[in-house]
Amino acid sequence: MTVKGMTSKEVTQRVFNKEELFILDVRNESDYKDWKIDGENFKYLNVPYFELLDGVEEVIEKIPTDKEVLVVCAKEGSSVMVAEMLSDAGLNVSYLKGGMKSWSEHLEPVKLGDLNDGGEIFQFVRIGKGCLSYMIVSHGEAALIDATRMTDTYLEFANSIGAKITRVFDTHLHADHISGGRTIAEKTGATYWLPPKDATEVTFDYQPLEDGNDITIGNTVITIHALYSPGHTIGSTSFVVDNKFLLSGDILFIDSIGRPDLAGKAEDWVGDLRETLYKRYRELSEELIVLPAHFMIIDELNNDGSVSENLGTLFAKNHGLNIEDENEFRRLVTENLPPQPNDYQKIRQTNMGKISPDMDEQREMEIGPNRCAVR
Amino acid sequence: MEASKIVDAKGLACPLPIVKTKKAIGELESGQVLEVHTTDKGAKNDLAAWAKSGGHELMKHVEENGVLIFWIKKG
Repeated sequence: MTVKGMTSKEVTQRVFNKEELFILDVRNESDYKDWKIDGENFKYLNVPYFELLDGVEEVIEKIPTDKEVLVVCAKEGSSVMVAEMLSDAGLNVSYLKGGMKSWSEHLEPVKLGDLNDGGEIFQFVRIGKGCLSYMIVSHGEAALIDATRMTDTYLEFANSIGAKITRVFDTHLHADHISGGRTIAEKTGATYWLPPKDATEVTFDYQPLEDGNDITIGNTVITIHALYSPGHTIGSTSFVVDNKFLLSGDILFIDSIGRPDLAGKAEDWVGDLRETLYKRYRELSEELIVLPAHFMIIDELNNDGSVSENLGTLFAKNHGLNIEDENEFRRLVTENLPPQPNDYQKIRQTNMGKISPDMDEQREMEIGPNRCAVR
Repeated sequence: MEASKIVDAKGLACPLPIVKTKKAIGELESGQVLEVHTTDKGAKNDLAAWAKSGGHELMKHVEENGVLIFWIKKG
């Protein structure tokens, strides 16, 4: 039987459609425990490839024959080896093309909705890492928000819909992933906007993004209104787009809230986080659709794979928005925090332009799950 | 550290560094030390886990000019 390669895009469709898949993950146990491919109806078996070098007999019994089977490793090589051994033993299996490396880098564009006068808004779901970025398009002009370092995906997508990227924004200085904002701005001639309070140490020129800035996209008015919303970082800024969507950055997620400690200032910023979530956001329309910069778990995906929820629903259901007692809130966001993201200090320095790691190093720095939230 | 044998797996991608290491350690006596050179960063966790599951001891590792060097004592 043949061993087929399955692409990250094909796996993403199986996640979005809640299909069944049996994943034989042949990475070592600690890497698997740290981070794996999540799907609601996926089943898993983790046996490191180096325990299968002499043969696959011990795992064959555990692999179902009535389900699609995908062998996964870090970069593809070992999964091809194991998939071929299983195939020789009579099983029909695929391997993940490019391994977890390509899974970490896959971006799936999903249309979220229409805006005023033919405008559109798209969410780019980085399914393997939980990062969400956005493209707002109107009359051939596009704005990009919280772009990842997979810059070609955005450029090709903009090209395919006949739009030119003219403005690039980051809601804050990211600590969990390397921003593609500056590179895209350089490639397209777009302006790159950053909140100045997060950008005090950056080594490049940028356009300061300040509270009350109104940016218009296209020749009809789609307003992107900047709202200062500190707490995850001191500069964190949200956007209200077309009076319809609230791009909340890393301040508010679907089932969690931002953590204030990734720039080492949890105690200082917890008050800002409280103020943003319990005062500034409360003044906004509950009809706004919240579009965060991350999701944490696969349950947060809507049926079409997108991640969004009404602000009013979050006020009712998100635990982090429903803690009356300030001291309890303070404890939640400063104590018992999850581990910090892999290499987050180096990622921040990269996003400031202080260091310029090559592509392989950038991949290594971003490996693993996303950890920007507290629940 | 005195090694009885050296495996040069530089430039090789997973799974080859471990395949070569496994073969080489099979040719050693218990207590002898194998030195492994690799440029595959993923090898670090994998070699540690492989050595543990095989009863070998990963004694030390260093990184020199992008090359990871491991010393593994056969169990």
